[in-house]
Amino acid sequence: MKGIIHFVRGYGFSQGHEAGKYTFPFVLLLLAVSVFAAAANTFLPVDSALYVSTYTITLLGKYLCYAMLALAVDIIWGYCGILSLGHGAFFALGGYGMGMYLMRQIGDRGVYGHPVLPDFMVFLDWQTLPWFWQGMDHFGFAMLMALFVPGLLAFVFGWLAFRSRVTGVYLSIMTQALTYALLLSFFRNEMGFGGNNGLTDFKEILGFDLQADSTRVSLFLITALLLVVLLLVSQRILSSQFGKVIVAIRDAEPRARFLGYRTERYKVWLFVYSAVIAGIAGALYVPQVGIINPSEFSPINSIEIVIWVAVGGRGTLIGAILGALLVNYAKTRFTAILPDAWLFALGALFVLVTLYLPQGLIGLVSQIKHKWQQVRRKEVGA
Amino acid sequence: MKYLIVLCCFLHVFLQPAHAALEIESHREADLYTELAGAKLNKMIPILVELETLKGEQILPLFTLLMAGNLYYVKADKALVGKANEQGATSYKSVFTQEERPELGKKDVKKVRVNNKLRSHLRTAIARIQLTSTSPVVREKAVRTLLAKLDPKTIVLLADRYAIEPHREVKNAIKLALALYTATQTQQSISDRVMAIETLSTSLENQVRNTLVQLTQDTHQPIALAAQKSLTQIEQRAQRFALVDKLFFGLSLGSVLLLASIGLAITFGVMGVINMAHGEMIMLGAYTTYVVQLMMPNYIDYSLIVAIPAAFVVSGLMGILVERLVICRLHGRPLETLLATFGISLILQQLVRTVFSPLNRQVSTPSWMSGSWEINPVLSLTLNRLYILAFSLAIFFLLVMILKKTSLGLNVRAVAQNRAMAKVMGVKTHRVDALTFGLGSGIAGIAGVALSQLTNVGPNLGQAYIIDSFMVVVFGGVGNLLGTLVAAFSLGIGTKFLEPITGAVLASIIVLVFIILFIQKRPKGLFPQKGRAAE
Repeated sequence: MKGIIHFVRGYGFSQGHEAGKYTFPFVLLLLAVSVFAAAANTFLPVDSALYVSTYTITLLGKYLCYAMLALAVDIIWGYCGILSLGHGAFFALGGYGMGMYLMRQIGDRGVYGHPVLPDFMVFLDWQTLPWFWQGMDHFGFAMLMALFVPGLLAFVFGWLAFRSRVTGVYLSIMTQALTYALLLSFFRNEMGFGGNNGLTDFKEILGFDLQADSTRVSLFLITALLLVVLLLVSQRILSSQFGKVIVAIRDAEPRARFLGYRTERYKVWLFVYSAVIAGIAGALYVPQVGIINPSEFSPINSIEIVIWVAVGGRGTLIGAILGALLVNYAKTRFTAILPDAWLFALGALFVLVTLYLPQGLIGLVSQIKHKWQQVRRKEVGA
Repeated sequence: MKYLIVLCCFLHVFLQPAHAALEIESHREADLYTELAGAKLNKMIPILVELETLKGEQILPLFTLLMAGNLYYVKADKALVGKANEQGATSYKSVFTQEERPELGKKDVKKVRVNNKLRSHLRTAIARIQLTSTSPVVREKAVRTLLAKLDPKTIVLLADRYAIEPHREVKNAIKLALALYTATQTQQSISDRVMAIETLSTSLENQVRNTLVQLTQDTHQPIALAAQKSLTQIEQRAQRFALVDKLFFGLSLGSVLLLASIGLAITFGVMGVINMAHGEMIMLGAYTTYVVQLMMPNYIDYSLIVAIPAAFVVSGLMGILVERLVICRLHGRPLETLLATFGISLILQQLVRTVFSPLNRQVSTPSWMSGSWEINPVLSLTLNRLYILAFSLAIFFLLVMILKKTSLGLNVRAVAQNRAMAKVMGVKTHRVDALTFGLGSGIAGIAGVALSQLTNVGPNLGQAYIIDSFMVVVFGGVGNLLGTLVAAFSLGIGTKFLEPITGAVLASIIVLVFIILFIQKRPKGLFPQKGRAAE
């Protein structure tokens, strides 16, 4: 136990870093809740008060994927000031990678019963598998692609953008245009990704039935575990020297540049890292919700991620995760009770958070704490 | 076209008072009318031919009624009546005297049936009669209609008319018809036919092209060659006009982009913030048009004139409200402004969904804006696009004038160039911000009025334009209205020229990718503002 704490300490939690202080308890809580939910689903009888339904498990798994996505956005927005309005694109690309693998696993059990071609290709009267579908029936290769393609896109886009010093709102709109262009392309049947309907009707992953409770619980646990790992690794990276330069770029890019740092390289690699996380989130998301379609590319999805981060508190990592969980829980509840009111609530959230909660909920906690300490100090002084 | 003929015919009838007193005199004529009332479809053409020879141009009202399927006969006495629809109420009038027959109801009459064969006969018959019309426009139209069905009888008629025709355009049209006839007649000499074919090369009519295509297969070598040559000439001309057509659609798209982006260009240029709710300001303008039309349903023709200032005020006030409540508090934080205005756009969209409906609303087009301007058979420009093109340019120049000539414009330009310095010099920057935002949003509202004439008016109307209009602003260079103009039109034309090659979706993707790459190369757009800032 002491060893673990020491290991975790190494990740910069006790260096007075405001958010870092909460990371360790947060990670423990997250793991504990996840394990409990998984155990409650597996071992408790259905009529037990503590039983967690598989539906809830899947929902939680979905939230955790969103949380991972929020983590990715927080890394570049909170720490480097790059407001990406196109992170949904990386998420969706990762999702399509996983979707293609799952599609190939259907084999000849599709509606048309073709041994190789997925249903939509048979429907479009295609004769052979396009080149980019080759090899996607190998899990390892497909997962590599799910990480590599978003990473490559981020690299090319970032390299072009940061090298030409495209910053601020320009960059934001460019990323939005990027995801919009991908949205339009993926809607096309000719692209070979199932067009409007996307990829769905999955049967199994690595031989496990996707509808089975055990598979769902496992996927949920894997998501939780990966989220924790990515959180810790990101924390480590951002508190390293690399991370310090990143924060310097956020606060004064020209100054960092004048000091001799090749700021664009730092930004590109951080952007790629963030895109890969988004890709992982997408790849985990698809088997749990059972579908991936072009609407994941829509600009509004990407901009919603940003509000999760803003609500939780940017530049804190756990704030992003917290924000994603809270907002999505609220969305699920709201859309069930008052479907029309959700967009009002979301819109108001955008306005109110930017106006009154620039540091998010995490910031609110420390603000209150700060106030309280001031009050106490006054009392002691008096 | 059909309606135009009908309209012309009615005018024609009214212009000739002799008709009013027309009575059926001859027994034969009366018999024919009775026969027509109960005739079978295949027996009707002889009756119509006889009527035409008997009555000449006086038969026109009957033919036009029959053509439009509005000719009825009274079941009791087989008298012919015309059905007229006025303000939703159906009434029956006797064909020639235009006398109302109020006693007739739906059950007392029966329709005289027509089929396509009859219609085609009627079309040429009407055209033959109209050849003698007093209006040259009607006469030319009539000749062009006759091109479809040239027979010896018609040719004689046309040749007679050619000799006395005073109007040049009509004369040319008749010449064309005669040439077309000559070209197809095998008993004519080959040299005559070749000459006729050469005359045809100036025409763009479909019939001429079809005939020429057939003639290229002619057994006589010179005729086939001449036809081929004429056809090539025609194709070349047609292609040129197709190019003009494409250019027009490009300009039209450009004008829409210009209207949508010009407001954004001002606010972004002056305040450096992106108003993500800009698209919703456009949407509000479109809905204002809808509401204005609801309030004055009987004056649709004037509704746009009312809607333009109304939309400017509605969207402008909303803009000022947003600026005062939200944006001015986020000063110096452009990314947060972007998020907050996005939230506002969500709220406005949902508001419209709640107040009106999530479905698209119907906005009608005033009569003076509908229809098209037919320049020749292959090129016709739709009036609404033409008006919007002119309108967008007018708005553009108005805005340039405001910025160049008014004190508000001076302040706006000062703040855009150097906010701190302008403030030091006594410019009330807060006021300028609010007014700029109001102006930009107001113009977005006006854009909404124009867009309501082209696309569906629904809650998602604005969303489609925010990325496009930002692309235009960025492409043209921030803070430069001329750049916005050039960018809007070049993107519009570029898209429309790509579309036939790649398809609409791929064209917009290519344009987006092009701009993304362009920004890498020239981050400040086509016409960058010069400055010495370190960044």
